[in-house]
Amino acid sequence: MGSLLRLGTVEGRLAIVLILMIAGLTIATDSFMTLANVTSLLNNNAVNLIWAVGLLVVLIAGGIDISFAVAASVVQYVAVYCFAFLGGGNWFIGFVVCGLLGISLGLINALLIHGFRIISIVITIATFNAFFGLLMFFTKGRFIYNLPDWWTDRIFIFEHQSANGVWSELNLAVAVMIGCVLITWILIRFTNIGRQLYAFGDNPEGARRAGVNIALMQCVAFGWMGLMASIGGLMQVNIVKEVVPNALYGRELEVLAAVVLGGARLGGGRGSILGCILGVMFVAITQNGLNLLGISPFAFQMIIGAAILIAISSSNVTLELRSLTAPRSERKAAE
Amino acid sequence: MTALARVRNALGVETLPLLGGLVLVFVVFTLATPRFMTPANLSSMAFQMPVLGLLTLAMLVPILSGGLNLAIIYQANLAGLTLAWTLIQFGGPDAGVGAFIAGSTAAVAVSAAAGCLMGLVIAYIGAHPILVSLAMMIFLRGLGEFLTRGGDISGFPEYMNVIGHGTVLGVPVPMLIFLGVALIWHVMLKRTRHGFSVYMIGSNIAASEYSGLPTRRTLVLIYTISGVVCAIAGIVMAARFNSVRVGHGEALLLVTVLACFLGGIDPFGGFGRVLPVVIALMILQALSSGLNLLGANQHLSTAVWGLFLIGVMALRWLISQIGQRRRREA
Repeated sequence: MGSLLRLGTVEGRLAIVLILMIAGLTIATDSFMTLANVTSLLNNNAVNLIWAVGLLVVLIAGGIDISFAVAASVVQYVAVYCFAFLGGGNWFIGFVVCGLLGISLGLINALLIHGFRIISIVITIATFNAFFGLLMFFTKGRFIYNLPDWWTDRIFIFEHQSANGVWSELNLAVAVMIGCVLITWILIRFTNIGRQLYAFGDNPEGARRAGVNIALMQCVAFGWMGLMASIGGLMQVNIVKEVVPNALYGRELEVLAAVVLGGARLGGGRGSILGCILGVMFVAITQNGLNLLGISPFAFQMIIGAAILIAISSSNVTLELRSLTAPRSERKAAE
Repeated sequence: MTALARVRNALGVETLPLLGGLVLVFVVFTLATPRFMTPANLSSMAFQMPVLGLLTLAMLVPILSGGLNLAIIYQANLAGLTLAWTLIQFGGPDAGVGAFIAGSTAAVAVSAAAGCLMGLVIAYIGAHPILVSLAMMIFLRGLGEFLTRGGDISGFPEYMNVIGHGTVLGVPVPMLIFLGVALIWHVMLKRTRHGFSVYMIGSNIAASEYSGLPTRRTLVLIYTISGVVCAIAGIVMAARFNSVRVGHGEALLLVTVLACFLGGIDPFGGFGRVLPVVIALMILQALSSGLNLLGANQHLSTAVWGLFLIGVMALRWLISQIGQRRRREA
């Protein structure tokens, strides 16, 4: 039993589960393996995946970020005023403005964490409350519909009309998602900084003694998270065509669950882009599958929660057998 | 040992500075608005604090053990729902005290069962508490929404008003419940074998396991007891709002973590006491009520809570730096 469960990594096992789920849904429903469904799955989860790869970098560096979703809301709101000030703006200005705003919010976290040597969960819960409270206070919870046209116009990177007249299309958000995933992959896999992030996350003190610049690592991790949060926020507006101050509140925990499900370790030093994608896919396909199987929408969250609980239980079994029972088996050997 | 050092030893290092902070907040608001130091305001503060307080106590022990319980709000909601259904089965507003007792017992059982399940997964499978409780949170929220279809349940018997709005010798009943649980918490952590195990597990779980402490049983117990307190919070919430809905109090989730950190609980676990956390809760409540009297809304209080935590953490860091420098010079 143990050797069977130890087969492969977390990512490998999650991939097997996903393949089984996809196979099952393809057989059980006519609509799952259609172009229209696959494209809508991609459209609906693009923002989540953009955030997930940002959070992945923070998790690899041994931190956690609770504040990114409300930070994305803050960026959306401030960006609206920046664009008005800049006379409308366009996509290029949009990315630059949002990116800078997001990086600044991320750097606030990084500087507080590094400057006062406080664990990231404390700081990001504090900034979560501060960002959200100030945003709701200053905006009084108002929605903004009056947005620049370039921001809300649908841009399709792929369109296809099937024989029965159903349109399938991919939003701009999907292209941006692919870009974010690729660039994050390059950052953590192929650059010196990326290797240092893993080392720092695995053992901060050891990394420091080996000459890694700790302050820089915190700034890179949280700056990257801020950048991804703001790009996700920018794309979210493109999809929903409105800015709502509390729309993203609460999304942070769902993204966190998906990323950790994909094998990123809370505590740092482990995690991969592939796992991150699989984690987001697992949640997305579970929800999509339930929808197509005609199960009451009220039951979705319940089943997704149970599915995550089962998934983490099974994916942790091997780790547990090695670590927690070690003392016990040694004790037995001593007897 | 000087008298001050003795007091500090007995109450914990964090208690006196926090008490100073509490006095400061009270003085500032008393000067800022004449309505702050009035019986009406103090009593409304004492009615508002217990729900957050009980939920914070439910969060406290998991954090002390080096974990986190993110499911507390929905455990409390589900406990409230259980009580509400039981009461409705026995005639809603006409239900007798027996029905209330049965309902409360069922509520505690449901919430404790959810906690126990989390404890089992954390202890025996070794999954990270944040992830386990997060999954449980999503599951319980979904379960609650599935069962209630997002609506709320109201119409409780008259006598439940006593729990939500009654006073004994001028002290609100919810406050008494909170103080009672806080006292039990203090005794449990400081005087019992279980409390000792909690601190040891929080400091170093591997060393505790090697030393022969029942780490797994303790973890299961931690999350089960956390569930029991969530149920108490859920019952108080039901009585105070006179209705139950899934999502009531969800904004409090991260505030409970904030209150624990403010009260000097070590985020890695192993160190911290109940009394400073109670004082931290009073500070948060005073900040919120005071700002409210000055015309600010709840959202500004939320922001101030966050900024206050950053300020306190920065201050602690500064004090430790000064202490280190002094030691180096000596």
